Amino acid sequence: MSGHESSYEPTNAFTRWLDSRLPIIRFAQDHAMNFPTPKNLNYWWTFGGILAVCLVVQIVTGVILAMHYSPGVDTAFASVERIMRDVPYGWLLRYIHSNGASMFFLAVYIHMFRGLYYGSYKAPREVLWVLGCVIYLLMMATAFLGYMLPWGQMSYHGSNVITGLFGAIPIIGDTIHTWIMGGPSIGNQTLQRFFSLHYLLPFMIAAVVVLHVWALHVPGNNNPTGVEVQDVEKETVPFHPYYTVKDAFAIVLFFMMFAVFVFYAPNVLGHADNYVQANPLVTPSHIVPEWYFLPFYAILRAITFDVGPIPAKLLGVIFMFAAIAVLFLLPWMDTSKVKSMRYRPVARQFFFGFVATCLLLGWCGASNPDDGVFGTPGKKLVVSYTDAGGAEITSEYDGGGEAYLDAKKFVESLPAGTNASISAVAKPTFQFRHLSLILTFAYFGYFILLFFVGLTESSKAVPESIHKSVLKRSKPSTATAIPAE
Amino acid sequence: MKSLRLLTAGLAGLVFAATAHAAGGAEHPHPPEGGWPFEGAIGKFDQASLQRGYQVYHEICSSCHSMKLLSYRNLGEPGGPFYDPAYPNPNMNPFVKALAAQNEILSPTPNDVGDYDFRPATPADRFRSPYANVEAARAANGGAAPPDLSVIVKARHGGASYIYRLLTGFPPDDAYVQRLVTPETIVTPYSDNGTPDDPSDDVAEVKTPAVYETLLDVSKLPSEHGSSEHEEGFLKINAGQHYNPYMAGDTTPNFEGDPRHAPPGGFLAMPPQLIEGRVEYTDGTKATPEQMAYDVAQFLAWASEPKQEHRKSLGLAVMVYLGLLAALLWFSYKQIWRKVDH
Repeated sequence: MSGHESSYEPTNAFTRWLDSRLPIIRFAQDHAMNFPTPKNLNYWWTFGGILAVCLVVQIVTGVILAMHYSPGVDTAFASVERIMRDVPYGWLLRYIHSNGASMFFLAVYIHMFRGLYYGSYKAPREVLWVLGCVIYLLMMATAFLGYMLPWGQMSYHGSNVITGLFGAIPIIGDTIHTWIMGGPSIGNQTLQRFFSLHYLLPFMIAAVVVLHVWALHVPGNNNPTGVEVQDVEKETVPFHPYYTVKDAFAIVLFFMMFAVFVFYAPNVLGHADNYVQANPLVTPSHIVPEWYFLPFYAILRAITFDVGPIPAKLLGVIFMFAAIAVLFLLPWMDTSKVKSMRYRPVARQFFFGFVATCLLLGWCGASNPDDGVFGTPGKKLVVSYTDAGGAEITSEYDGGGEAYLDAKKFVESLPAGTNASISAVAKPTFQFRHLSLILTFAYFGYFILLFFVGLTESSKAVPESIHKSVLKRSKPSTATAIPAE
Repeated sequence: MKSLRLLTAGLAGLVFAATAHAAGGAEHPHPPEGGWPFEGAIGKFDQASLQRGYQVYHEICSSCHSMKLLSYRNLGEPGGPFYDPAYPNPNMNPFVKALAAQNEILSPTPNDVGDYDFRPATPADRFRSPYANVEAARAANGGAAPPDLSVIVKARHGGASYIYRLLTGFPPDDAYVQRLVTPETIVTPYSDNGTPDDPSDDVAEVKTPAVYETLLDVSKLPSEHGSSEHEEGFLKINAGQHYNPYMAGDTTPNFEGDPRHAPPGGFLAMPPQLIEGRVEYTDGTKATPEQMAYDVAQFLAWASEPKQEHRKSLGLAVMVYLGLLAALLWFSYKQIWRKVDH
């Protein structure tokens, strides 16, 4: 809607002089104040503003934290704790920054699911969507780099896993892996480059956000009906004060949730192991990334078998990156011309299934892949020994206490030198690795389904215009207030 | 449709809960009876307990465990164990000064001629470390360096409750049995040098003492640790190791018995420390193991997050402010949008 008439009138000699040289006031008024915005946006549309605030909060707290942080393998951990103890309100800054990352991702996921539901990625907003995906990718990179900085056990070993992914690339993988780490292993040089890049990327995000808003202001906002604005006069309201006040209200509600984490549960989204200083020689029993990466981590670990010449590890990496890449292609994968899922009863079911898939993938990512999904299965006893010929033999015993007595009797009956031992082995069950694999296919299946569903589905009647849909909805209460048009 | 959406919302909650939950083979550390005074939205540390906890740390723990991130001045800062409003600057607090001076440290800065002296600590100094470096700590403790306790409560699942349960969770002495591995042997290597009548060149008998191994009789563990099934079996305790049901680890390799019923927990190098009356509390509180564990766990919780009380009290103000602001914005929103159908 950049075509809307500029209504700015310079009021005095200075603004007239400035307007003919750098029309910045005109620009601000056209884009931040008078920008015509559909009047039927619901609260899911407030997350754009919330995200802008999140970025500012992260940059402001981050810049101050960087004044006190010391990137070095011997100093990083202690300097973070020094911020928490000796820097005035340093604990507040650091908890806002560390929980702010989680809040940022929470908001971006809601923002993305909103786009998916209301078809905000479709023409004419493809570039807007792709720029959003670029921002999301940069956010993931920034969060990953930042998680290294406290130099805790999870920082170190998590980074080890993620940088190791690049090592799975055939032929050039090892070179890229070494290049990223700046040496043969993660060390001081890695921490310093991660710090430098962690400071750089947020400003790149800010730059892409400018493009994102620019790309938004050309076609204008999508809206819950998915029908484009036809009558600016009737169907839109100026952004200020209508949406500034509504966004401000939503932002304050979001801040209240944010504050609950910062003030009452600042470490609940983190991992206790990250308060242990990094030690390359001690690997935590269970390496997990931050919650916002868990679905992708589950996809990475879902592939546990080689396919032809492609090793399982590389396949996992390919699937994980494909899970992000597919988002970039989405505008051209959905064949339906109807934007909003409100009028697509079939696709809408699949959408909720997709949300459930993503959440379940997160659960899989947080769990040990070998654990049973439906609780821990019973265990059976396995006696293993070597016979006279040196061959390994196992025999299984299943049951209660008597199974153990039987197994023990059997071991005692074996001749000496057979190295018999009894161990408990979990019975086969439906494990998280199996669930992850199914969900990985469900994840990609959604995008493929959108292609075919769009070709065949019969959608519900789409309202003629935003104005009509609003009238229809508010008729019961406002029928008398609005004379027939 | 509605049910699917509800399912999705339910899943969201479940996933968040699952993320926060940590799996492990160790016993779950429940908080002590009555809970912790510092928990909850308006919880505060019990200052008397913090003071006793410092005493326990200073008299027992500090002989092996460092707390490198703490300085003596922290003890006299607002919210700290020895905070005195009369001394806003903790470096001037005479009590803190006296506590610091009890510890002789190697000065971190050189003297006039460039040597490093031993001197009594001042409030500005860091807590005295028992070992010069991690290698020394490892060498003195059978290869396992005692962890630094500065942030230990934040660094363990279960926090202060874990510390409390670990310290009081060692099996009772009567659960241990000794088992003979090799009996005592007596040999006389060079039997009388071939001159049995001459006692002057006799070589004394060489006695090899019997070798015993320590076993833990799992059936004698307090029932709270066991599952519903009465478990039987023996846990082999390696020299220099101690079993604790709250320690992370795996007891299966050491367990003689049905491997499906290996007891929870693992082994650590630290023997039980909090023996009845090991410290004499200056305030007259009876020093039971539970009392000492409670006090030192609370002290360590404070040390891990000295700004916790301030955080919570500021949080309340912030929530009230945001609540009022939200109400104000809600009414502004209603007012501005009153003429727009949307």
